Amino acid sequence: MTTPQISSPLKEQETRSTVVNDFCITVATINGSGSATANGILLRALFTMGIPVSGKNIFPSNIQGLPTWYSIRLSRKGYLGRIETDDVIVAMNPATFLQDLNYLVPGGVLFYDDSIKMPIPREDIVAYPMPVKQIVRQADVPANLRDYVANMVYVGVVAQILNIDLKAVQRALTVHFKGKQKAIDSNWAIIKAAADWAAANLEKRDPYWVEPMPAPEDRILIDGNTAGALGAIYGGFQLAAWYPITPASSFAEALGEYAPELRKDPITGKHTFAIIQAEDELAAAGMAIGAGWAGLRAMASTSGPGFSLMAEYLGLAYYAEVPVVIWDIQRVGPSTGLPTRTAQGDLTFAYFLGHGDTQYVILLPGNVNECFEMGWRAFDIAERLQAPVLVLSDLDLGMNMHIGQPFEYPDAPMDRGKVLWEEDLERFLNEHQGQWGRYLDVDGDGIPYRTLPGNTHPRSAYFARGTGHDEFARYSEEPEVWERVLNRIARKMENARNLVPKPVIQSHPNAEIGIIAYGSTEPAIQEARDLLAAKGVATDFLRLRALPFTDETTEFLRGHSRLYVVELNRDGQMRQLLAMSYPEYATKLRSVAHVDGLPLTARWVVEQIAVMEGLQ
Amino acid sequence: MITQEVSSPKVQVNRVGLTRSDYRGLPSTLCQGCGHNAIANQIISAMFELDVVPEKVVKFSGIGCSSKSPTYFLNRSFGFNGLHGRMPSLALGALFADTSLKGIGVSGDGDTASIGMGQFKHLVRRNLPMVYIVENNGVYGLTKGQFSATAEKGLTLKRQGTNPYMPVDICLEALVANATFVARSFAGDPKQVKEILKAAFSHRGIAVIDIISPCVTFHNQENSLHSYAWGKDHEMPLHDITFVPPREEIYIEDFEPGTVREVQLHDGSTIMLKKLDHDYDPTDLFAALRVLEEAKQNNWLITGIIYVNPDAPTMFDAYNLPEEPLNRLSQDRLRPPQDTLEQLNRVFGV
Repeated sequence: MTTPQISSPLKEQETRSTVVNDFCITVATINGSGSATANGILLRALFTMGIPVSGKNIFPSNIQGLPTWYSIRLSRKGYLGRIETDDVIVAMNPATFLQDLNYLVPGGVLFYDDSIKMPIPREDIVAYPMPVKQIVRQADVPANLRDYVANMVYVGVVAQILNIDLKAVQRALTVHFKGKQKAIDSNWAIIKAAADWAAANLEKRDPYWVEPMPAPEDRILIDGNTAGALGAIYGGFQLAAWYPITPASSFAEALGEYAPELRKDPITGKHTFAIIQAEDELAAAGMAIGAGWAGLRAMASTSGPGFSLMAEYLGLAYYAEVPVVIWDIQRVGPSTGLPTRTAQGDLTFAYFLGHGDTQYVILLPGNVNECFEMGWRAFDIAERLQAPVLVLSDLDLGMNMHIGQPFEYPDAPMDRGKVLWEEDLERFLNEHQGQWGRYLDVDGDGIPYRTLPGNTHPRSAYFARGTGHDEFARYSEEPEVWERVLNRIARKMENARNLVPKPVIQSHPNAEIGIIAYGSTEPAIQEARDLLAAKGVATDFLRLRALPFTDETTEFLRGHSRLYVVELNRDGQMRQLLAMSYPEYATKLRSVAHVDGLPLTARWVVEQIAVMEGLQ
Repeated sequence: MITQEVSSPKVQVNRVGLTRSDYRGLPSTLCQGCGHNAIANQIISAMFELDVVPEKVVKFSGIGCSSKSPTYFLNRSFGFNGLHGRMPSLALGALFADTSLKGIGVSGDGDTASIGMGQFKHLVRRNLPMVYIVENNGVYGLTKGQFSATAEKGLTLKRQGTNPYMPVDICLEALVANATFVARSFAGDPKQVKEILKAAFSHRGIAVIDIISPCVTFHNQENSLHSYAWGKDHEMPLHDITFVPPREEIYIEDFEPGTVREVQLHDGSTIMLKKLDHDYDPTDLFAALRVLEEAKQNNWLITGIIYVNPDAPTMFDAYNLPEEPLNRLSQDRLRPPQDTLEQLNRVFGV
């Protein structure tokens, strides 16, 4: 972990007033010890109590043994971005014990496994030992399950001391274990025993309290990968190909978990989809593009290294005009990079993907609801344009749990695009002097009509290829044919501006400056905007949700004297694309970009913008 | 059913009402005498004789001379000429759209045994039902004559020098990847090519056919196994192959008793394998591995159906798909009803 960004500890003990629903708990454990379940239970219990809460897993590329951290932020004001300091630490890992303490604010709380026999070098904190081994030993749990439930001790102790509703904890267990009573019972036995032990043996000496909040009933707690997968399921995906890669694997696995039940054919009871684990991402892309060509709603999900491999096939899909949807759950590159950390570094790669002149529609979901919506809408756009649609999520959005609104059922019927089956082709031929060409633009929008394998009309077949071809899909090396076809495809891609989701814009009265961002960083940026406003810097905000840019972005750029483009990469990639697309406004664009693998924090954004605005 | 007007009553029409010319493709742009052209012609004949409806076939290829050839047959079939070495994944995805379609892939030795080895072997182990033809000439033609991975060790070509590496045997690679149909043939033996194609087309599963197909421009040296002359001198057929479609009765008296081995394919058709020198059982995997190794050691060009397992489950059997093609399912069968989403919202909700 990075050096903590906190002020030096106070010399004298600070008397703190009560802090309610506005603090950060970080659990430090050993990877592979089963802490993910315990952390998820805590998070869901807080969510159930109506408290705005987020959970961020900082984990190693490792199966077992290396340190891992899970930070839960409670914010009654709804600020759910990462913060760099901890108010409460649950220390279960002796290897990081001393280091973890550096992040604890003065007056903070330390819960620690009492088998960690180390002196605590801070006198300005409240420390509570937890007899983990003893509680597990004494609880009514079969010996073979003890290792799996030991982390539930801290759930019980923390819940008791911080006043987390044990009923909410119990409900979270039921949701997590999907009603499997044996698992619920053994975990609950430990939690209850630990809570009872804490009630009897620990005296509360810290100021942190959890209190239930009246929250709207209609909220959900879900990770972005599951949300995107559900979106794809309601979008009617028919073939998904993938190769295991962090942080994208859980996307395909969520398809595999939910599709068999949701996507039983109402007529035959059979599955209306296939999920294929390919031999690599070259093949995953090939399978999806073969399926897209043959008329299936086809997709692949991957992350940076796999996305690099898919570049070859996506160029073919662009030029042969094949609809396909690719999800890139971004992690830190270049190369293998930081496989378990988050970034927004694949943007310019996706934008310019492939050799030769290409263009792609890029969707940028910013929250779990947009993951769901883009999950289905991406297919409509891809099939309408007969082109690849790339969806750029990231590890933070994809793998961490986020609060969202209930998913909204697709508000439009599926758009399958310009497809001609037997009767359609017959009618088309009658209406067009007997002429149909696979790549012939008859509507003037650059989008031709396609036929699909299995069409038995004797005029339906054509030979698709990545080599030069004319409007009738015939091989051609003619200079003017090449240029005509490639220019027509560019014209076709212009339709994307009317199909992609518009940016989200929030205005502040009298704001001179604008902040532009995209993807998972919005929570930190909204918090930063409030902090900046408190310093007297009002900001407008535009969150991009897609490329190509649309008129709203043009207007936003025109209307502000200075624009800060905030993103999680080194080079300021969105700023680069904006400067390229809008050279007339390029000098107004300022990059607020960095990448260290961790989710964005409001503090960093405020600091950067304040300095550039001359406030510090 | 598509009917074609027949201009002259003398023109032979098959059982689906088509003439041989209905199976033709565009004129070849390969070199005169290229083995690949002979193979394209045999594909046309086999499809005509099998009464295949061209619209029920999908053609695939990778990159290279071989991969151009799908345009030289079956003009009325859909086709996709994809990426170098990546035909298998493209075909796999496409054939899931309508499992009643039959795939024919044409690849080359560079496309399959070099850049595409990984996808080739994974396609084979998945047993995707399609015919996978390798037009094997030992050189890269379009880039003007470099060695391919199937070129024999010690082969000397004018501008390339001497090949220092052991060759890849495509049939062996297919066998060890658990292929369910493996055959080798020689473009100079058109009758055998045709009979093997018919049997392969009727096989339910992956059918790999390695066809030695000489490159007349860059690699037709008489002493090399990828030449016409060498092939003619060294070809050693394992058997005489007669393919019998399911509808035809087999008159066993056509064959001398005890000299013929029959293999029944999944669709009811039969391959009649007339013994030659070998008493060869193509359903015996050990025999198949042995005969390939023997051929290598003795410098023979063994041709025929080397291995067939007609009843192995295919990739499609592993998926619980409806009979109706996936690509014809309407929205009401693809988008779950609204109440299911409300249930999910409750599961993920408070």
